[in-house]
Amino acid sequence: MATRTDKTSEAKLNSYRTGPDDQGHFGLFGGRFVAETLMPLILELETAYYAAKADPKFQAELTDLLNNYGGRPSPLYYAERLTDHFRQVAAASGGKGGAKVYFKRDELNHTGSHKINNCLGQIQLARRMGKTRIIAETGAGQHGVAVATVCARFGLPCEIFMGATDVKRQSPNVARMHMLNAKVNAVTSGAGTLKDAMNEALRDWVTNVKDTYYIIGTAAGPHPYPEMVRDFQAIIGNETREQMLSREGRLPDTLVACIGGGSNAIGLFHPFLDDEGVAIYGVEAGGHGVEVENGHAASMSGGKPGVLHGNRTYLLQDGDGQILEGHSISAGLDYPGVGPEHSWLKDTGRVTYVPITDKEALDAFQLCARQEGIIPALEPSHALAYVTKLAPTLPQDNLLVMNMCGRGDKDVFAVAGYLGMTI
Amino acid sequence: MTTTTRIDRRFAALKAEGRPALVCFVTAGDPDAKTFAEILAALPGAGADVIEVGMPFSDPMADGPAIQAASLRALQSGQTMVKTLKMVADFRKTDPDTPIVLMGYYNPVYVYPAEKFLDDAVAAGVDGLIIVDVPPEADDELCLPAVKRGLNFIRLTTPTTDAKRLPKVLTNTSGFVYYVSITGITGAAAPVVNDVHSQVARIKGATDLPVVVGFGVRTGEQAAALAKGADGVVVGSALVNAVKDSLGPKGEATSDTVPAVLGLVKSLSQALQPA
Repeated sequence: MATRTDKTSEAKLNSYRTGPDDQGHFGLFGGRFVAETLMPLILELETAYYAAKADPKFQAELTDLLNNYGGRPSPLYYAERLTDHFRQVAAASGGKGGAKVYFKRDELNHTGSHKINNCLGQIQLARRMGKTRIIAETGAGQHGVAVATVCARFGLPCEIFMGATDVKRQSPNVARMHMLNAKVNAVTSGAGTLKDAMNEALRDWVTNVKDTYYIIGTAAGPHPYPEMVRDFQAIIGNETREQMLSREGRLPDTLVACIGGGSNAIGLFHPFLDDEGVAIYGVEAGGHGVEVENGHAASMSGGKPGVLHGNRTYLLQDGDGQILEGHSISAGLDYPGVGPEHSWLKDTGRVTYVPITDKEALDAFQLCARQEGIIPALEPSHALAYVTKLAPTLPQDNLLVMNMCGRGDKDVFAVAGYLGMTI
Repeated sequence: MTTTTRIDRRFAALKAEGRPALVCFVTAGDPDAKTFAEILAALPGAGADVIEVGMPFSDPMADGPAIQAASLRALQSGQTMVKTLKMVADFRKTDPDTPIVLMGYYNPVYVYPAEKFLDDAVAAGVDGLIIVDVPPEADDELCLPAVKRGLNFIRLTTPTTDAKRLPKVLTNTSGFVYYVSITGITGAAAPVVNDVHSQVARIKGATDLPVVVGFGVRTGEQAAALAKGADGVVVGSALVNAVKDSLGPKGEATSDTVPAVLGLVKSLSQALQPA
């Protein structure tokens, strides 16, 4: 227990981009905490992934799919009216600030979110490994829809595990999964949300080890998932880098993304981690407020390190190590853990993590719809809510990129309900 | 091995008697602290040779619905890790011989925190640990510190643990080896007896430790069949279901609860007696 539990060194690192180590650790975090039945599969997956990663043919096929099926590259859009709005807010309090706000438009991808980036990568890997059946967990249903989509595209049977509570609050996505010929299993254990869905998916995997591939939707779980999902999502940051250089002739100054498990965020952040001048903010779901016990899903702002779902990371838990359900208005952020690389980036101080409440996210949702004609998902509405606080405090030449990681179609009925609209 | 433990001594004695061990799994605090204490104290008399005490966890990923439900019953009745250790200590006051293995998941141990948990477990009279989600790749986390304190660290081997991996799994294992008879969760499909026999023979070819078989064991007849060639069988979900089926309308223990569990243990024990 000596070395691994040491806090990450205070000393500045040469690079923030070399992790994980060969056992899947990002400092204290990550690793492979799974039952023995799964260990051989995880090791096989690691070998297969590294071989695929180094194979130019695999990469070329993936790029083709991402571009021509997924709709990449996604645009980098200058949100002009919101930028003006933030400058007016700054001026109203006597300031001269107001960052220049860009959206990375990953909500324009096929299936409506960044999730397709990862699913195209993993389905190609599953096929390469000769797997014939796909399972996945989903919270908001965005990952479930993306998995069902790639399974339909490649003709593989697909079972999605989704918490019964989420099945209710994300019914449009449940309908989409059915239309795509996926079997949706409503999980009633626990609170019937994402963590329970992940437990059930792991139980299925442990039972069907030979033929089944588990497409985890976020940059969490046992090694190599956090690294692999990050790599597949890093296209977000890589494109952003090129697009900003070509458009403004320099790198962005500020990055903002929402964090549930944190796959869209790590995808945007990772290519910039070693660019010292880039300030990076991850926005967690503050629910009713991080001071409200079990009333939020901000595992880094309001949790502590523990071990769940195959990795060590910040978790919402009670004093006896029992996992709490957490709460967020957004089903996609309603998870008691977070990807281990984020936990490490928090402890090293490279990324700043902040909570945003349900109400702040709802306000940002409406602001975005009215100012930009973009109805965002509730997940990036959290990121935007933090942008509304941050942008007016930054100088006007500050280039800020927020990842618009999902569109709000799935949320319109729920939000209409919260706002008391009759449709 | 430099010292013999309570587990070593128990398996040596059973070998001398020529019968396999009946390993009984019960979840600490299920359905409530008082009823559980009664069950625990009476298990050896009913025929349990080794007792596995489940440490309840909110997210038991490798367990089926029965043990998951038992964990929730225990947690809802206020079970904590401190109480679990206290229950073992109380048991130990009256039973100096029956080995107790704590079984569960890493997080409640990790936050206890781990070093203190190991010290308290030793002090309580715990003999071994099975921590489902800490693989041999992470032996320096918990396994080696546990072994240093004289605890047995018992590992699961599974149908997916191939010949190449088996030595790694066995390296720091002591006490006994737990063969998981199926790929799946606890209490699921019944294992195929012939497959289990050949797998147990394979493991026994690689270690001198006793090998016990678990997962999916429900009846005495089945236990006796699986025990052939092995050193014991584990029964868990069936006992936990006996608790569940005896509960009253509000999920409370009834006068049937303790006898239901002990009756099943007795019948399993009889089925494992030498002919």
